[in-house]
Amino acid sequence: MTQSQNPLLDICNLHVALPAGSQREFAVQDASIRLHKNEILCVVGESGSGKSLTARAVMGLLPKPHVRVAKGQILFGGDDLAKVSDVRMREIRGSEISMIFQEPMTALNPVMTIGRQIDEVFRFHRAMVARDRREKAIQLLDDVQLPDPRRIMDAHPHELSGGQRQRAMIAMALALDPRILIADEPTTALDVTTQAQILKLIKDLQSSHNTGVLFITHDFGVVADIADKVVVMQGGQVVETGTADEILNRPQHSYTRALIDAVPSLSPRAPRARSDEVVLKVDHLDKVYGGGRAFFGLGREARKVHAVNDVSFELRRGETLGIVGESGSGKSTVARCIVRLIDAESGTILLENTDLRPLGRAALRPWRAKIQMVFQDPFASLNPRRKVGTIIAQGMRLMGRPAEEAESRTRELLDIVGLDERAFDRFPHEFSGGQRQRIGIARALALDPEVLVADEPVSALDVSIQAQILHLLDEIRERMTLSMVFITHDLRVAAQVCDRLAVMRHGKVVEAGSTGEIFANPRHEYTRELLGAVPGKHWDPRQAALSA
Amino acid sequence: MTGFWGRFARNRQAVLGLGILAVVGLIAATAHLFFPEDPFSLAGRSMSPPGANGFLLGSDSLGRDVAAGIAHGAKTSLLIGLVATIVAVCIGVIMGALAGYYGGWIDDVLMRTTEMFQTIPSFIFAILLVAIMKPSIESIIIAIAVVSWPAVARLVRGEFLSLRNREFVQACHTVGMSDVRIMLGEILPNCLSPIIVIGSLMVATAILIESGLAFLGLGDPNIMSWGFQIGAGRTLLRSAWWVCTFPGIAILLTVLAINLVGEGLNDALNPRLRERS
Repeated sequence: MTQSQNPLLDICNLHVALPAGSQREFAVQDASIRLHKNEILCVVGESGSGKSLTARAVMGLLPKPHVRVAKGQILFGGDDLAKVSDVRMREIRGSEISMIFQEPMTALNPVMTIGRQIDEVFRFHRAMVARDRREKAIQLLDDVQLPDPRRIMDAHPHELSGGQRQRAMIAMALALDPRILIADEPTTALDVTTQAQILKLIKDLQSSHNTGVLFITHDFGVVADIADKVVVMQGGQVVETGTADEILNRPQHSYTRALIDAVPSLSPRAPRARSDEVVLKVDHLDKVYGGGRAFFGLGREARKVHAVNDVSFELRRGETLGIVGESGSGKSTVARCIVRLIDAESGTILLENTDLRPLGRAALRPWRAKIQMVFQDPFASLNPRRKVGTIIAQGMRLMGRPAEEAESRTRELLDIVGLDERAFDRFPHEFSGGQRQRIGIARALALDPEVLVADEPVSALDVSIQAQILHLLDEIRERMTLSMVFITHDLRVAAQVCDRLAVMRHGKVVEAGSTGEIFANPRHEYTRELLGAVPGKHWDPRQAALSA
Repeated sequence: MTGFWGRFARNRQAVLGLGILAVVGLIAATAHLFFPEDPFSLAGRSMSPPGANGFLLGSDSLGRDVAAGIAHGAKTSLLIGLVATIVAVCIGVIMGALAGYYGGWIDDVLMRTTEMFQTIPSFIFAILLVAIMKPSIESIIIAIAVVSWPAVARLVRGEFLSLRNREFVQACHTVGMSDVRIMLGEILPNCLSPIIVIGSLMVATAILIESGLAFLGLGDPNIMSWGFQIGAGRTLLRSAWWVCTFPGIAILLTVLAINLVGEGLNDALNPRLRERS
């Protein structure tokens, strides 16, 4: 890793032009990035920073002719990849530079076995007999630590788990021992424990093959875990370049500092006094999916999944209870059972001494206002054909509040969530993701609920926006003495927001307690595993903020 | 709506189609001004070629004016096409919305019914229905609507299935909105675009079915239509080509125009295709 050495990949003053009439002229503007042999270079930035397009420009995968390299060079060996012919580019792709993507399910061909897909790489680039190719492929699958490589060779992508698919992708990418591996958010779609394994795998393979890795990510935790060097991008421009230690612990640029400052710390915040008043009490909740039969009950029985298995917890006034777990743990199902979007099979949901679970739709209506929900996806949770004012006021009108009152309350709510009053007459598509999430929160608050159920409210947002929304939720909770059930997969967020935690796995609560206690002294093995897998756990962003 | 018009006008073929359609509509609307007489009346010498004896497009074997028939037939075609489509879309939307929204046994019952209709070849089914009900303009509209709604029902069901689990619909559940309001006020407006597109294309199919029925002599005997004209002139094709040709061209142009407009609407309303240029 000596600097005098020629770089493997030298991106000089790269400009990527967007089609006329876009928000800005260049998606990537004057970016210079150098990748050396045997190093992992992380390109960090929020959405729209141009980090992915930079990677795609290197691979010649820009969506031409609308988006193209306008100026600059991408030097690789003796070639300028910005100008190289299509034939040469095809030779380079896969054999000298290869790429892994965020979503392995869409990057793999669903109708071909894994073995055939790896085989294709060899057939296109190398003259080898079939038996050698198969042996080599099995060897590769073994290298990426896939269990039983011979079975995986004959499996189709849908038969593998997300982590296994990503491993298979990595095997394909490394098949011809490329000099550069480009990884575009390769672990973003994975659960945290799988992510930790994949990151370790990439790091191990990189050092054993001396590959240069260009790693695109939005997550500073991941950067802290694997980066040797870091490039920070904002709005298409490189704002700061440095070693991992420099960027993470002594950031110079104000944007980098703001980004790092927005990363939630893993050390839980100071505990607050707990109220004695129980607002919501959930007891022995059970939900099974499937088991029905199609075609008038004559079809094959659908597979049964015990999504929620004997879950109990209580929520006190003013408190935030975090339900954490990986995908498939049943945490979202619990949330939807509480707000009665899904009917649970058995158990009780006690709100003010009334069991909501058995209530029919009409009987439930007066109770609806007391439990409101904030959804995950700010783009799917607002009806695109209705104005923001109508969306927020809808609930109040349904509850029989007069139109003028509902309107004035709506304007008040827009102010509370930090939006301009003019938002009232606009449509959702005119707002950014963070602003939409604010609208979603205003809608949930419109009915003056006792309990707010937030289902991953910040996981679709960039880290700086995420910090703002978390701050807003905190402020609102104080102001309205709300009690909150906060569903999240992100332990950093949980540490900053939740007073108490319930850790879920396979539909069961495996451990519950105060946040501080669980972080300091996790009792269940799975909780320990989760905490151990949090990316960048040895790095505390607060420390960096202090030293800066 | 300037955005919509801009996108629609970008497709020149669609604008051409709209132009042709406007002309056909104008002819239909002014038919009684230019041809005040009953198109069935005998207006002069039979078998006059186009231009002779005061007949713009010639006359048929009984001396009926072909041009008058086309003008009045345009009214019939457009009327039947539009009304039959509206009826079919209404039935289809209701069936599809209920099936897609509720799922379960309601979906089973409605979709198996839909499939039953789809297994019968639509034109033969239409002939059968008209033959049973006695040919009249109402029975033709009913027959066309009955054979056309299953396609709409399938489309609407698919849209409702994907939209009913969207978070904005769930948000409406959490404030206690009723099912009818969710279906009509929240989900339906979000699937209007594909319904408009399929509806516009169905008008063309309806006009073709109507012409086919009239050609076979199953049209309303008191109403002039293009299919009837072709049917009446087909035996004379070699001696009086104009009797069949002009109504045939009218059908061709109208159906083509509607299809072009439908394509244009699809491009303009379907956001997934918008990027394509």
